[in-house]
Amino acid sequence: MSACAAACMLRAPGMASVTIRQIRKTYPGTGLTILKGIDLEIPDGSLTVLVGPSGCGKSTLLRTLAGLERPDSGEIRIGDRDVTRLEPRDRDVAMVFQSYALYPHLTVRENLAFGLKLRGAPQSEIDARIAEVAPQLKLEAFLDRLPRALSGGQRQRVAMGRAIVRRPSLFLFDEPLSNLDAALRGEVRVEIRRLHDRLGATMVYVTHDQVEAMTLADQLVVLNGGVIEQAGPPLEVYARPKTRFVASFLGMPPMNFVDATLERVGSAVRARGKGLDVEVARARLPKADAPSEAGRAVVVGIRPQDVKTTDRAPAPVDLRFELVEGLGFESHVHGKLGEDGAPFVARLEGDEGRRIPKWGKLALEVAPADVHVFDRETGRALAE
Amino acid sequence: MAKASKNQTMDETGGRRSLLGEALVHLALVVATAAALYPVLWVMSLAFSSSQAPSARVLPWPEAPSLDQFRAVVGTHDAAGRWLFGRQLFNSLSVSIATAVVGVGIATPAAYALARFRFLGKERGVWLLMATQMFPGVATLVPLYLILQGLHLLDSRAGLVLVYATTSVPFCVMQLRSSFEAIPVDLEEAAMVDGASRFQAFRMVALPAARPAIAVTALFAFMGAWNEFILAATLMSRAESFTLPVALQRYVGEHGAAWGHFAAGALIVSIPVMAIFYLAQRHIVSGLTSGGVKG
Repeated sequence: MSACAAACMLRAPGMASVTIRQIRKTYPGTGLTILKGIDLEIPDGSLTVLVGPSGCGKSTLLRTLAGLERPDSGEIRIGDRDVTRLEPRDRDVAMVFQSYALYPHLTVRENLAFGLKLRGAPQSEIDARIAEVAPQLKLEAFLDRLPRALSGGQRQRVAMGRAIVRRPSLFLFDEPLSNLDAALRGEVRVEIRRLHDRLGATMVYVTHDQVEAMTLADQLVVLNGGVIEQAGPPLEVYARPKTRFVASFLGMPPMNFVDATLERVGSAVRARGKGLDVEVARARLPKADAPSEAGRAVVVGIRPQDVKTTDRAPAPVDLRFELVEGLGFESHVHGKLGEDGAPFVARLEGDEGRRIPKWGKLALEVAPADVHVFDRETGRALAE
Repeated sequence: MAKASKNQTMDETGGRRSLLGEALVHLALVVATAAALYPVLWVMSLAFSSSQAPSARVLPWPEAPSLDQFRAVVGTHDAAGRWLFGRQLFNSLSVSIATAVVGVGIATPAAYALARFRFLGKERGVWLLMATQMFPGVATLVPLYLILQGLHLLDSRAGLVLVYATTSVPFCVMQLRSSFEAIPVDLEEAAMVDGASRFQAFRMVALPAARPAIAVTALFAFMGAWNEFILAATLMSRAESFTLPVALQRYVGEHGAAWGHFAAGALIVSIPVMAIFYLAQRHIVSGLTSGGVKG
């Protein structure tokens, strides 16, 4: 038993912040750089969700935290310990795998006890921990079954139990819900959040599902191409996306993007493009000398749910639609702006969506604060 | 109504057809099984007969059933009065078990390394290993004989095990490599995060998960050695060093053929293989790893 192992056994859960400094990782042979200098602070007791499309590096970052991948350079600290070069077993982390990774030849009880036994915990301690965790995850009835005799949801709970029973400093979740059906996924998602609130432990959770990301996270980290695009509280990231990628990744249906030019009209700044003439709030523009932005070529982002119908003429958002998807509680109206402008989707609520015909014109408006403005070259939001 | 009765007729016709088809399939299977079993039944009839030569009968049934042939084979003694059959049975068993143990013992860590680690010369090494399997054992007979002679291991069980291992180890490595590759790497990674070292993850997780494959591989290595004749006949020259296949062959010589003894000996040699297959069949059924990961 290593020195850490003995100390870690006695430690209360969730007593660790994580600091990641300039982590780089290139896979040998392929020359593919997966992580391109990641910097991240994970506060003690927080649930941080890493989200992004396939290949963005989120799982590699998680595996690097677990010690299953060695970074080429950079530093990882868990609490006050530099764990960058430590073996997985010396890091005091627990991981829930996408595949659950239950030991197939061991019963549920033995699976739960595995880590504690390896760390030399006395049998009475192991029994006590299992007796404490099993009811929390409703595992009592099948403690003596082998994993192959369990359903997907039960296996998932055993995988979580195996992590919890060890009381690690840091919990890592690698897309733990992706093998469950939709109904169960929602249920377990709530369970995980409750678990976090109860244990107060530091957790890092990887997913590509934006609903999981938004609902679970204290801190949301959006990754793309091996770099962090944005990190912050989920509602903050959603409301103030710093890049066009983040704006497009969060929200369903996704944000609409329209090429436009900024113009100054009196004291206001307006964005004008094909089928579009909307006012932009000062908050969406650079703080310093906003009027000088006039004439700048930009991309305007408008979320489908931020538009509403209007009687104003000419319409600030002139939607020519040819398809309406009715979902009952809301409708998605698909079309383009003006005669031959950008594709655009508007979300109308309840009755309003049900009343409109199958195709035609729709006059829409949007609040100036809901008009997001991105640089056309860099894709970065103009607001600082 | 007319429509309904037509449908009924079609159903009945369909039912008759499938019944007839099934009967034909069963008939074909019975014929094929009889054809396959007929020689075996002849051997059995010969083994349980009291005569030494096969008689010209259609039905494979002993004329005067007796256990004389078995008594004679099992009770073979050498000139010094030592129990020769027991000695030869021990030779066969010890050589076969040792071949299986050496084969699996060396192949298991090698196969695991090939399945899990990246290292210099890995692919070329595998290719070389496979290349050794391309030559028939007879092709290496002369050099093997000379090597054993040089090592003073001719006529010894250790020498024979060494020779058998040259073919069983590559075979076991190839078999077990694919078995380890089929075990999800997540299992070992989970163990390492849980507190296991690399070796503990291998010993406590990968090895138990590969247990059925290891058992089956050992069984095949055992059977390869148990049935082998040419190498044993060449490298063993004294009757007390013979394995059972070599001893068996000596019943059918230039100057006479004791077919009854041969048949009884052949049945005795088959018993351990059948017994092992029977006992190991639950290991042969795959699925021990099912349930550990999704799917």
